[in-house]
Amino acid sequence: MPVPALAITDLAKSFDRPVVEGLDLTVAAGEFYALLGPNGAGKTTILRMVAGLLAPDAGIIEIFGTDVRKDPVGAKRLLAWVSDEPMVYDRLTPLEYLDFVAGLWQVEPSRARETANDLLALLGLKSHANELCGGFSKGMLQKVALAGALIHDPRLIILDEPLTGLDAGSARQVKDVLLEKVRKGVTIIMTTHILEVAERMAQRIGVIAGGRLVAEGTLTELRARTGRESTLEEIFLELVETASAAP
Amino acid sequence: MMAPPGSLLWFARHELRLAWRDWLAMMTGGRRVRLFGFLFGGLAIYALLHFIAAAIIAPAAANGIAADKPTLVMVTGIGLLFFSVMLSQALESITRVYYSRSDLDLILSSPASTRSLFAVRTGAVALSTALLSALLASPIINMLAFFAGYHWLWAYLVLPACSALAVAIAMALTMGLFRLVGPKRTRLIAQILAAIVGAGFVIGIQAVAILSFNSYSRFALFSSPDLLAALPSPDHWLWLPARAVLGDAVSAVPVIAAFLGALALAMLFFSPSYGRLAVAAASVGQSTRHRTRTGTYFTGRSQAQVLRHKEWRLLQRDPWLLSQTLMQMLYLLPPALLLWVNYGEGAGAFIVIVPVLVMASGQLAGGLAWLALSGEDAYDLVATAPIPAQSILRAKIEAVLVVVAAVLAPLLALLALNSWTMALATGLCAILSAASATAIQVWFRIPMRRAMFRRRQVASRAATISEAFASITWAGTGALLSVGSWVAGLTAIIALVVLGISRSLSPHRS
Repeated sequence: MPVPALAITDLAKSFDRPVVEGLDLTVAAGEFYALLGPNGAGKTTILRMVAGLLAPDAGIIEIFGTDVRKDPVGAKRLLAWVSDEPMVYDRLTPLEYLDFVAGLWQVEPSRARETANDLLALLGLKSHANELCGGFSKGMLQKVALAGALIHDPRLIILDEPLTGLDAGSARQVKDVLLEKVRKGVTIIMTTHILEVAERMAQRIGVIAGGRLVAEGTLTELRARTGRESTLEEIFLELVETASAAP
Repeated sequence: MMAPPGSLLWFARHELRLAWRDWLAMMTGGRRVRLFGFLFGGLAIYALLHFIAAAIIAPAAANGIAADKPTLVMVTGIGLLFFSVMLSQALESITRVYYSRSDLDLILSSPASTRSLFAVRTGAVALSTALLSALLASPIINMLAFFAGYHWLWAYLVLPACSALAVAIAMALTMGLFRLVGPKRTRLIAQILAAIVGAGFVIGIQAVAILSFNSYSRFALFSSPDLLAALPSPDHWLWLPARAVLGDAVSAVPVIAAFLGALALAMLFFSPSYGRLAVAAASVGQSTRHRTRTGTYFTGRSQAQVLRHKEWRLLQRDPWLLSQTLMQMLYLLPPALLLWVNYGEGAGAFIVIVPVLVMASGQLAGGLAWLALSGEDAYDLVATAPIPAQSILRAKIEAVLVVVAAVLAPLLALLALNSWTMALATGLCAILSAASATAIQVWFRIPMRRAMFRRRQVASRAATISEAFASITWAGTGALLSVGSWVAGLTAIIALVVLGISRSLSPHRS
């Protein structure tokens, strides 16, 4: 049986109240997985625990068989994290930023340089490659952050609302780059509130409510579960409503 | 009665409400009980300052303080010291009136009068400058009033007038900068100017004192017979502000009227252009100028080197942060000058510079450590990089300490040429001071935007107070160690206790 890209077992996390409870989730290698849920459902908390940015209270997280808690450095080598708030330095240019990220992941300099140029061209940032990021729009920063996530060829990319604040053209560029990565065998896990994006791009969709996975499957499987031919939006709303009504 | 929306009073009420809530949030951090702690602690410190002021003033006031030339020179000199601080603060605040965005976009896009807003905001700057300077000067004024006569209370009227003048000058300087260098560079130059004005006057008179009297005391200059002989007689207009402080109503009235008038004129003159300049300032954004460097800088290095070089590059590229650091560096100039003037004349004269160097290294390390540890703009990126968390921490601490060492090394080397034992004591305590400040920043680190540097004290007052106490106690230890006093052991223990308390209070205890 192939090793899954992500295997989460009995994950739990509480702050003032339980945010994630007994979560089991498996994402196969090379899969595009969309994680949906209402505000405060625990999506970001789950992904931050996977990225090693939050320590779980209980449970196991494995990335390609590497336990995130036992070998955090080994797990981090395999993944890239992109949050909805672009993590970019105002006083570095996109090229310098990519050079810095490549340095952190110890990418060989000449390969890093070539990949950086390719990524900037692909994301329409070539003409801004030598400008300081401080004056960039949110969309441009988001694209720089995405290029940073891709420069070290991660096997698993985790994106938290990556399309927030992007114009139609930029959103299209980002979606194309992500789909290309999936075609090359990279695994992508993405949260989004734009259900149309999940409907069109994701192979499997997970719905989180109250820190639990309330439904999971392909769009067809989710439709079968609700028992009617609906849009993802209708399915999502019904699932969330049912979950919040449950004791 | 409600003021009509958009009027001067309406804006004043709005600003006052915001300022009050901001202050309350800053003091309480969301917990009311902290406010009581702050008030009691503040009152205790305030009372202590009165005792210190009494100890200084009582002997001087025993035979009465006459409004003679030496007194007028001393009052004017001290007044100028205060005024330089006021002007520095006013420059910094007035720049923010033009550049701070927050609600400015909302107000500028509304049909409300920008002239009213400008008047209220510059008035608020004058008021806050006056309050701060009155708070700082009040122990001295109160004790002077107590020991030398109530006429000294006139100072409380002269101080707000002086702050009004400082704000008027700050407005004129800012407008001058807008015309000379344009909105793109005005903020940076004004901030650097504020740093230089704030520290420059203090340092300038110290430099004169060192060069002329071989003394580190800035007051040596004010009481010098040569200076007294060179200055005009006591009835000259130059001494009007000093005579006003001393309670001479005939001098006070024109001084207060002139200074307040200067502010009113500046408001009247500069308010029509406020809306236009604020929009121009907003249009500037941040510089995106092209960088010509095309080679790799970070790749090909170890991960620790990558992190260290990133810190240094960001610091080097941020002129605003450099200007903030410049303040601390400026204070190192007098010790350097003292070293230079007394070179080869024995070690005795240098004892005064030991605590200054130790203190400066602690303060510098604290600021830089905050930037590297808490002010990490790409916190998530660095945290998800395949490097153990301890290695990230170590690399950042190294980046900080290398900068501190680079700044201090030349001064220590110069000191070592005169007295290697003193240099050794200074070096040791400077390392301990820098290490303590860095450790405190490690224990209290909270991810924040780098741009929040100015408000870092707000995040944790415990860290700020601990850092200051640790620097002071290590500075004392350095001075005592330099003269071979056993009391150095005692102050070192106090420094360690401060660190222990700080660690026990911190959210990160590893």
